[in-house]
Amino acid sequence: MGRVITLRQALGEAMSEEMRRDPDVFLMGEEVAQYNGAYKVSKGMLDEFGPERVIDTPIAELGFAGIGVGAAMNGLRPIVEFMTWNFAILAFDQIVNNAAKTLSQSAGQFNCPIVFRGPSGSAGQLAQQHSQTFESWMANTPGLKVISITDPKDAKGLLKSAIRDDDPICFMESEQLYGLKGEVPEEEYLTPIGKAAIRREGTDVTLVSFNKMMEVTKAAAEELAKDGISAEVIDLRTIRPLDHETIVNSVKKTNRLVVIDECWPFAGVSAEIAYEIQKYAFDYLDAPVTRVNSADTSLPYAAPFVDEYLPTPTKVIQAVKAVMYR
Amino acid sequence: MAVATKKKTTTKRVTKKKGFTKETYLQWYEIMLRVRRFEERALMAYSQQKIRGFCHVYIGQEAITAGMVSALTPEDKVVTAYRQHGIALSRGLTSRACMAELYGKATGCVEGKGGSMHFFSKELNYFGGNGIVGAQIPIGTGIGFAEKYRGTKNIAVTMFGDGAARQGALYESFNMAMAWNLPVLYICENNGYAMGTSVQRTSNVTEIHQVGDAFNMPNEAVDGMSPESVHEALQRAADHIRAGKGPYFLEIKTYRYRGHSVSDPAKYRTKEELESYKQLDPLVVTEEKIINDKIATQDEIDAIKAKIKEEIEDAAEFAENSPLPDPSELYTHNYVQEDYPFIRD
Ligand SMILES: Cc1ncc(C[n+]2csc(CCOP(=O)(O)OP(=O)(O)O)c2C)c(N)n1
Ligand SMILES: [Mg+2]
Repeated sequence: MGRVITLRQALGEAMSEEMRRDPDVFLMGEEVAQYNGAYKVSKGMLDEFGPERVIDTPIAELGFAGIGVGAAMNGLRPIVEFMTWNFAILAFDQIVNNAAKTLSQSAGQFNCPIVFRGPSGSAGQLAQQHSQTFESWMANTPGLKVISITDPKDAKGLLKSAIRDDDPICFMESEQLYGLKGEVPEEEYLTPIGKAAIRREGTDVTLVSFNKMMEVTKAAAEELAKDGISAEVIDLRTIRPLDHETIVNSVKKTNRLVVIDECWPFAGVSAEIAYEIQKYAFDYLDAPVTRVNSADTSLPYAAPFVDEYLPTPTKVIQAVKAVMYR
Repeated sequence: MAVATKKKTTTKRVTKKKGFTKETYLQWYEIMLRVRRFEERALMAYSQQKIRGFCHVYIGQEAITAGMVSALTPEDKVVTAYRQHGIALSRGLTSRACMAELYGKATGCVEGKGGSMHFFSKELNYFGGNGIVGAQIPIGTGIGFAEKYRGTKNIAVTMFGDGAARQGALYESFNMAMAWNLPVLYICENNGYAMGTSVQRTSNVTEIHQVGDAFNMPNEAVDGMSPESVHEALQRAADHIRAGKGPYFLEIKTYRYRGHSVSDPAKYRTKEELESYKQLDPLVVTEEKIINDKIATQDEIDAIKAKIKEEIEDAAEFAENSPLPDPSELYTHNYVQEDYPFIRD
């Protein structure tokens, strides 16, 4: 029997369990300690682990991300929280030029076991600078692994795996889904990096998504079922490395694929999946691979823009009907 | 440098009576009241869910807007962060245009595209509210660069919070601004906190203005609860910059009475601390001074109150009755190029 907990609790449990297990693991970021985290993910951690291991930083993303990289090169296992990934842009130099490249530059002498984590994606009417989705940005970089997950059970298991992993990991959550509930096992478990999950079996069309767009995708699949269309729903969980096998096998069965991806379309995760499928399942396709992305624009503030910009169940259903020629 | 430690505490009150005219006092009172009532109305609209997203109000910091209206020229350029409603109003953006923007309406100062954090007015030399902490510091420096390049006498006023003062971008900007002698007035609005983090917890250097010393940038601490002090400091700094002597850094010590944003209960500070700053409320203190020193009559004050009350109600009504932007506007203003080929699959 498991317990029902929220995504934020699942992430907090993962960090706390790993910090109990390994004294080299520590957490730093803005408001993570005394304020218990901007989104309360690290609630109670300062009390348990003290200010040496749960560290409030000034607003200095480039600096503290780099401090994390240096500490990781020198034997520690930092978890660096960004209040959101929008602010991690300031730290991209350290993530991309250093965390991702240290192993290569040092011919394997220095690895960088660090987890950069925080929410990715839009979160309502927060306007252009606070609404961006980062999976495709980070997954573009060799040397990084990218995880993006909102299911509480898998988030806990994947974050624990990420903290134990010897490579640098970008871990992406969702501001809007920190309160999402799910059942989590009592006993300790790890969820493997690089494996997608089939959330719903189906025969007519494969729907691939990740992070909060899984909710949109599952809602669309429900609706489609009422219409007699059986959709197989895949949650990528890890973006890089991509679990190409699970997607290809599903498409070989359904012969149709729609990718639902909050990233922008240009060189987005959906673009990479479409490439893989045309390459490895070309003969099985009964329709072109189709995708539903955020609009190819910045996201302004007013309410009408949010609906126009984001993937919605209606847009997914339309895309599915197009590939079904219905 | 000489002025670096001239004023060190927030508690020192400026009582000197010299120099300020009745017009100036009434101008200060009016802008401060406009900002206060605007913010209160915005909070009410937020609680009714007419305003969404983030909303960071300026209540408590109004004395800074007073100094801004009296010590700067309309040609000076201003850029700040997301806690910007008051600054925008002080630049002359109308209550209507700002309130409609908060409501996400097509009649807002940026047509519903920016919301609370991003007002702009090219016409009024207002270069916006920026949502990325510290990002506007180099931008303001670049605005100053352009003024110098074109040989104007204008100042680039670059405003940021105490939290933003810890971003690396500030140190790079200060260095280049000094090395290149740019006409930039840096203003740190030190309200004591960056979200839940007090200034003391972010650095060993808690007198933020002293950061200027490392770059030989003239700097001073200013009592931000007093319009007189803010005005005088801005005037000194502006004179210095307009004389071609390069950047100046003011740390204006102020306080925000509300939480960081509407969702912050502000449990990290004490009631006593909040109360002690409410005793210094610039709006109350200025009104008392105007009456007690017989600078103007109660009738004149009441007339301003009535005018602002009507203006803010009108702004809310205007916002309420304005149309939402058309969803197709999502595709405008991404590129200047009008026929840009967006990916639409
Ligand atoms: C680069 C960046 N990091 C973090 C944030 C989240 N954030 C928004 S406001 C804020 C606090 C800033 O405090 P301060 O500069 O003192 O300004 P104040 O809110 O007090 O006006 C933080 C951490 C952000 N918007 N941008
Ligand atoms: Mg502050």
